[in-house]
Amino acid sequence: MNTPPLIASVPAWGEVLDTLLLRASATSTTVVLGTALLGFAAGVIGVFALLRKRALVCDALSHATLPGLCIAFIVGSALGVNGMSMPLLLAGAACTGVLAVLAINAILRHTRLREDAAIGIVLSVFFAAGVVGLSYAQDPNNVSSSAAGLGHFIFGQAAAMRRHEVWMMGGLAITSVLAALLLLKEFAMVCFNDAFARVTGWRVGLIDLMMMALVVLVTVAGLQAVGLVLVIAMLIIPPVAARFWTERLPVLIALAGALGALGGYIGAVLSSLVENQPAGAVIVLTSGGVFLISMLLAPTRGVFAVLRRRWALRLRIAREHLLELACERGTAGSLTQADIQRVAQLRGWSGFTARIVLLSLRSRKEITRTGTTIALTPSGAARGERVRRNHALWERYLVRYADVAPSHVDWSVDQVEHVLSDELIAELETELASVTAGAP
Amino acid sequence: MTTGIHPALPDPVLAQGLAERPEHSPESPLSIHAMTVAYQRKPVLWDVDYDAPPNKLIAIVGPNGAGKSTLIKACLGLVPRASGLVEFWGQEYKRARSRIGYVPQRESVDWDFPVSALDVVCMGRYRKIGWCRPVSRAHKDAALACLERVGMHEFAKRQISQLSGGQQQRVFLARALAQESDLYVMDEPFAGVDAATERAIVEVLRELKTTGKTVVAVHHDLQTVPEYFDDVILLNMRVVASGPVRDVFTRENLQRTYGGRLTLLSEAAEAMARAASGEMPA
Repeated sequence: MNTPPLIASVPAWGEVLDTLLLRASATSTTVVLGTALLGFAAGVIGVFALLRKRALVCDALSHATLPGLCIAFIVGSALGVNGMSMPLLLAGAACTGVLAVLAINAILRHTRLREDAAIGIVLSVFFAAGVVGLSYAQDPNNVSSSAAGLGHFIFGQAAAMRRHEVWMMGGLAITSVLAALLLLKEFAMVCFNDAFARVTGWRVGLIDLMMMALVVLVTVAGLQAVGLVLVIAMLIIPPVAARFWTERLPVLIALAGALGALGGYIGAVLSSLVENQPAGAVIVLTSGGVFLISMLLAPTRGVFAVLRRRWALRLRIAREHLLELACERGTAGSLTQADIQRVAQLRGWSGFTARIVLLSLRSRKEITRTGTTIALTPSGAARGERVRRNHALWERYLVRYADVAPSHVDWSVDQVEHVLSDELIAELETELASVTAGAP
Repeated sequence: MTTGIHPALPDPVLAQGLAERPEHSPESPLSIHAMTVAYQRKPVLWDVDYDAPPNKLIAIVGPNGAGKSTLIKACLGLVPRASGLVEFWGQEYKRARSRIGYVPQRESVDWDFPVSALDVVCMGRYRKIGWCRPVSRAHKDAALACLERVGMHEFAKRQISQLSGGQQQRVFLARALAQESDLYVMDEPFAGVDAATERAIVEVLRELKTTGKTVVAVHHDLQTVPEYFDDVILLNMRVVASGPVRDVFTRENLQRTYGGRLTLLSEAAEAMARAASGEMPA
């Protein structure tokens, strides 16, 4: 039997289930747990990086870890220590990462460069230094011990995760939760309004430092699993996706953590099932999918919700135009086909739009149709009357207060009359009533 | 005078030299001694000397770019001072901080932030609460009471992004009230607000005055200065005049503030900025 290679690489359902439920081999369980915990911590910390508008600074930080990794390896090897020892490498990574953040701040303070330019310069220069360092370290003429694993930090190698590193990720997750619980109000205040925090006596520099330290921890911890190019995605995508679903900070933090964990979990499972797929990229793609769904489908902030609201408003305005016209003609509210055609022409409606408007009016029981004439129901007539009144009120207000010539009023009134709130209308009424009472 | 520059001080004082400036009193909630402020080495405030009288509503008035906001920020330590000294009740800022409330400009923050109006007002209590401790019921009630004073009680749970500009301004005012201070420093509290908000803010200002507080506010609407404020600082890169509204808020002083006669001062500032950045003089 000759099975095509594509089919052969698709895992059996039982295998998928085993990995999902952490029943597969110990290695894949370790990887899945580790990346899920990392994703959780990154999501929680990322909320503050995002609200402080430091997303790009974090990107520069993660790219700037590469020279640190190389320096740590070269120095370690030269001193006779194991150059690939993880604590040594991560310490080096953290050092140059922080150095990059300091460099950005120094450039902003001493030049007139804007933040985006400063970040662009620092990110690329540090990364380039890292690339140079990497090729130096990998040359056996320069460094005696093997630097084979060093390149894995760029795109990550989650499969290399060991059991004790899962414990490290667990510790990181607990640290992030503790920080979010204990320092929630301090972080929130500095993110929202740092000037106020400073004036009221908070040490904004210290609070910023703590937030940045947490970001450094997550970045360095994520280097091995997802790599320094993509670790920023674990910090930023889950909070951004979560932001679509909630307006409350504690919920946002919990949701970002959950989405981050989900992304890490599903991404690691997928990459362990499909051969030769780097876990980091798959995790980021998974989170990207979660983001896309959130952006499109979230109930109030999502794209579809916004479009739906806009469309509903336009439909309402169209309905009200028709009802208003029927009332204005004073024929006890009836419309002929010719009337509708005229309105359609005036408003630039297509035949389809006109039909939708009529359909919508009928489904709301604001008109009834007998043959070719259309009659308003009592509720339709009441609505038409109200729109007409708002129109007149606003028109009078504009003529009186905004110095708009009566002949020019109609155009601006047309849109405004439909969006006036009840409070505003009440205010208009009292305003105009007092004027008319005072007038001779 | 053909150059059109008016002296900052009356001639006799000028003749006696700078030593003869008004004595700074320790009762003054805000006294500024010879303060100069520069942005990117370009001076924006020259040699400001001012003593705020206690228990007054004081407006800072001047044209765009006069340094009104900078004056406030420099006093509060948000902008570094090139020279000079600022004292609150005769003490430096760090010691007097708990007695000073602050209303920043509304546009200075991103209102699409996931917190409620009440959450923002509670920030005024954070210093009293301290590090790492949650906001207690009592502090929340105090914040709610402050929201009530600005007529925003029913909006406590509303997300700040869903408030109108005027309502956001009132939230900021409520947050300053929650600080329970003796001096309130406000940056354009009336900027772009609706009529209801303007009434609410004026009411709060009067209430603050009757309870012995002092308010220093950047104000942009010349028409309402005599109605809302007791004292006024006319500012255009320097203090043109300051004192009670009825004495100082004159046509002549306003002309000196707004009349565009300070071109020499701003040109000098430009020149200093150019020199500092290493450019060739123009």
